[in-house]
Amino acid sequence: MSKYRMLKYLRQEVLPTTMCLGCGGGTVLNIFANAVDELGIDPKDLVMVSGIGCSAWIPSPYFKADTLHTTHGRPIAFATGIKVGLPDKYVVVISGDGDLAGIGGNHLLHAARRNIDIAVILVNNFIHGMTGGQVAPTTPFGAKTTTTPYGNIEHPLNISETVAAAGASYVARWTTANPFMLLKSIKKALTKKGFALVEVISQCPVQFGQRNKLRSAPDMLRWFLKNSVPLKKAMKMSPEELEGKIVIGEFIDRERVEFVEELNKIIRGVYVNAD
Amino acid sequence: MSDSLKDIVEIKINGLSISINKHFCKGCGICIEMCPTKVFEWSEKLSEKGVYFPVPSYIDKCTKCRRCELMCPDFAISVEVEEGAG
Repeated sequence: MSKYRMLKYLRQEVLPTTMCLGCGGGTVLNIFANAVDELGIDPKDLVMVSGIGCSAWIPSPYFKADTLHTTHGRPIAFATGIKVGLPDKYVVVISGDGDLAGIGGNHLLHAARRNIDIAVILVNNFIHGMTGGQVAPTTPFGAKTTTTPYGNIEHPLNISETVAAAGASYVARWTTANPFMLLKSIKKALTKKGFALVEVISQCPVQFGQRNKLRSAPDMLRWFLKNSVPLKKAMKMSPEELEGKIVIGEFIDRERVEFVEELNKIIRGVYVNAD
Repeated sequence: MSDSLKDIVEIKINGLSISINKHFCKGCGICIEMCPTKVFEWSEKLSEKGVYFPVPSYIDKCTKCRRCELMCPDFAISVEVEEGAG
């Protein structure tokens, strides 16, 4: 038996994880377990939802709570239903960039617009990893993948800024090389009333790294540390200077009217008028 | 689950113990790279899984920041500090 304290939150019969060597998904799971532990949340009050892809495997077999492994791109749609039905539970979506921002991009935008009280942890590894390393909507400009062997000619989607503009209550972006800030943001996202998104820039040394001269997890983490710019510093920089950089920090933290609360207010009002 | 106590490499010093689970460790090297004081070094022998794993050889340099524990993708590292020990 391993001695690590967080193992009590995991289904130990399925460990060690099936993730590749050095995958950042395990780090996200580890930090999420720490966040749950530090907030003192009972795992019985947690509902974890994930879609399809490598990052969707983070909660689904490993975290010992109610987990729902849904269809491709739709975890936020399922999570919306869960939150409306069970408003007392913490509903958390952990999935990847191809799942949430690619095929399920519209669900992400509209959940943020509605400001429904779910926490979304979007693990962005710049690539469709599980299917063999194809170009994703988040692949950096010029990066090589199996479908863009001469370099990507599309510009990546800036997920955090898009969701912040769509109306979320809390949006933050960190890399897996900033574990303490990420832990703080996940704790904030879990307790925040309203839609909370934590975008985690995570390493995929197997599919992304090996085609872009970053063959190992330490190489990718060094690259993250070298290329990340704090939000305050980024505000003073021009778009040309920010090309290819990762802006990290808390993009938005505000109070807005929450969807489920308003819905229940209307339901109660209708019942009172009917009597 | 086949892991047992023999899978764990544990080094203790003054109420601080760092243990590595060889059954869980895949040898990615994140702990070796990210430790701010470079506590870990690679093992000389392969584990049963056939990978080189980290050994906390320079445990006297540890500042108990727990970054290795938090960043390990495979839950293999455990940093334990005894009550009352600085």
